[in-house]
Amino acid sequence: MAPPAPSHPAVSLHDAVALSGRFPLLAGVDLEVAVGETVLVEGPNGAGKTSLLRVCAGLVPLSSGVATVLGLDPISARNQVRRRVGLLSHASHLYDDLTVRENVRFAVRAAGADTGRIAEACDRWGLTGRLLKTSASKLSAGQRRRTALAVLTARWPELWLLDEPHAGLDASAREALDQLVGEAGAAGVTVVIASHETGFAESLAGRAVTLTGGRVTGHRAIGARPQPSGSVGPHASLDSSPDVPDTTPVGPALRPGTGRPAGEVAHVA
Amino acid sequence: MWRDSLLVAGKDLRIEARSRVGLSQVAPFGIVALVLFAFALGPDRSLMARGAPGLFWVAVLFCTVLAVQRSVSIESGDGARDGLRLSGLDPAGLFLGKSVAVAAQLAVLEVVLGVGVVLLYGARIEVPWLIAASCVLGTVGLAATGTLYGALSAGLRVRETLLPFLFLPIAAPVLLAGTRVWQAAMAGGVASDGSPWLRLLLAFDAVYVALGIVVFGPIQESA
Amino acid sequence: MSANRGVPAPPLQSRRGRWWTRGIGIAAAVATVCTVWLGLWVTPPDETQGNLVRLVYIHPGVAWVALYLAFGMAAVASLLYLWPRTRSLVWDRLAAAAVEVGVVFNVCTLVSGSIWGKPTWGVWWAWDARLTSTAVLLVLFLGYLALRRVPAEPEVRAKRSAFVALFAAVDIPIVHFSVLWWRTLHQGATVLNANLSPTIHGSMAWTLLLGFVALTLVFVWMLLVRYRIGVLEDWLGTGELDVALRERQAEGAAVGEEEAA
Repeated sequence: MAPPAPSHPAVSLHDAVALSGRFPLLAGVDLEVAVGETVLVEGPNGAGKTSLLRVCAGLVPLSSGVATVLGLDPISARNQVRRRVGLLSHASHLYDDLTVRENVRFAVRAAGADTGRIAEACDRWGLTGRLLKTSASKLSAGQRRRTALAVLTARWPELWLLDEPHAGLDASAREALDQLVGEAGAAGVTVVIASHETGFAESLAGRAVTLTGGRVTGHRAIGARPQPSGSVGPHASLDSSPDVPDTTPVGPALRPGTGRPAGEVAHVA
Repeated sequence: MWRDSLLVAGKDLRIEARSRVGLSQVAPFGIVALVLFAFALGPDRSLMARGAPGLFWVAVLFCTVLAVQRSVSIESGDGARDGLRLSGLDPAGLFLGKSVAVAAQLAVLEVVLGVGVVLLYGARIEVPWLIAASCVLGTVGLAATGTLYGALSAGLRVRETLLPFLFLPIAAPVLLAGTRVWQAAMAGGVASDGSPWLRLLLAFDAVYVALGIVVFGPIQESA
Repeated sequence: MSANRGVPAPPLQSRRGRWWTRGIGIAAAVATVCTVWLGLWVTPPDETQGNLVRLVYIHPGVAWVALYLAFGMAAVASLLYLWPRTRSLVWDRLAAAAVEVGVVFNVCTLVSGSIWGKPTWGVWWAWDARLTSTAVLLVLFLGYLALRRVPAEPEVRAKRSAFVALFAAVDIPIVHFSVLWWRTLHQGATVLNANLSPTIHGSMAWTLLLGFVALTLVFVWMLLVRYRIGVLEDWLGTGELDVALRERQAEGAAVGEEEAA
């Protein structure tokens, strides 16, 4: 049962500064993501995209500024927040000694999610038959990523934080990922994608935010400006007018023609 | 909390069953320790029999260090520690789960070492329930404190050398109390001497389990 | 953390702080000199123990400082750090300073105890309750310091050390009681025994008291100095942070300029 559209944004960061020792990962970030939006965070390597997602997941505390995720403080209400947030990071959080199926089961149950969708999620990501019984240490990088995606799909949290999700996936898996994100967006899930390969993630998001040097340095609405392939965001975003509104109405901005696979779209109860 | 702890304990024990580190590495290490003690104390069997309680518990302590190191290193691969944090598992449940898994492995080890001590040193046990009680209480205490210190030193590169150094002094009361109880339970000991020491073990367990439940969350977040 | 724009200046200790440190240092030096003078020359040797008794002017004093003052302070400061409402790096620095100085006093306790023990008991070391507990305490202190040397962010290091101090604080009474039950050789407390009638009299008692006072003053002075060093270390780190923040933000501007060019 989908909750009524909440009045607060899914993610709200105000002048957020996050430190790792003496190094500022984020140096004053202002960001708002409405519920149900799909936002792309782009920027060069080292800009702080991963740190931004980790702050939203409650893994990194802020040393100054305010962060609100799903209406809660990600540090003081951390367990509540984490159960409703799914982070897909570079590491796949798998236990080498367990099989794929055991890993997925554990991850889903640990997050307090319903185990009913596991079989369907594994199927969707090609984790079938012998692969399910393979110990995680024997998986390739792409297979590990797909396992993590299966966990995310089975959990179906309210907020998805995807860190370079296309990395390590082959073409068919990338398509499957795009489909999944599209589905999620249509179902009211808030998705934040961090990527420096704007070519891939472009079509999924409604708008993009550019991060450089730990701060937000530009916004743009996707579709407003055609991008030459391979160009990175900052050039365009610094040119774009600063009064492009940065909150799109609730609802996904999808490329037309994204089909939904047969079968029901799972909702978080 | 209980659901989470069962989940985590199950996971750890399943990993142990799969990799069999406890059986193939820690238990033999314990046996080797017993053999080395025998070399150190010389061929005098009566000396070894008298020293058996203490040697048993020292061997158990060393095996605990290994078991805890293993318990911590399970989470050191591929960001699994972050994964545990991200899943929103109740930290108290995580603490209890990991402690239970360590305790289970220790229990098996203690049976092996106990048999070893009886066979190798000729120790004669008169009051088995005292032995059992001390092992149960001692195991709980060691598992709880070990898991706590494991979490404190998790992720540090110097964990292998730091953990024993931090953990063993804290575990000293368990060694003392356990040895006294065993001595009371041996031939030539006075059974009633064991009770105050059992109470000490109980107090130790209560304190550190309670502490762990309260404190494990903050420890996890700061590591 | 206040942003320190412009040229960072080292935090000068307040005038009151300097006055106190100096004052206590002088008082400590004077008290120590008096104790030494009284202890070594003025007071008479004991009937049974001879000149060896002069160690009693320092041994209980260092023991009191190490076990109760230093360690107690470290434990309380660690608790204050862990409690969210009173969390402040001040407590962490205080705890660390207390433990460092405490280690020194702890070693002095063990050494002076050994020196006294050899002629008295015939052995350099005896496994009695007090000595053993003190030895375990030393190991716990050293563990704390070892953990602090591991490179980490100040807040992380502070939290971790505070937990270790907390666990050690909980463990020490347990260790003490268990070792006490185990065996006892150490003589009953000279001044603070059950009937509260001191078994040490006259000028010796006064010197003993002065010894306590002198050693406490020395501890406080060393603590203040060590704490001050901690403040300076942290300030150094903060200055680096401001530089790093500015560089990070400049990164963004630089990328923008490159793209625009």
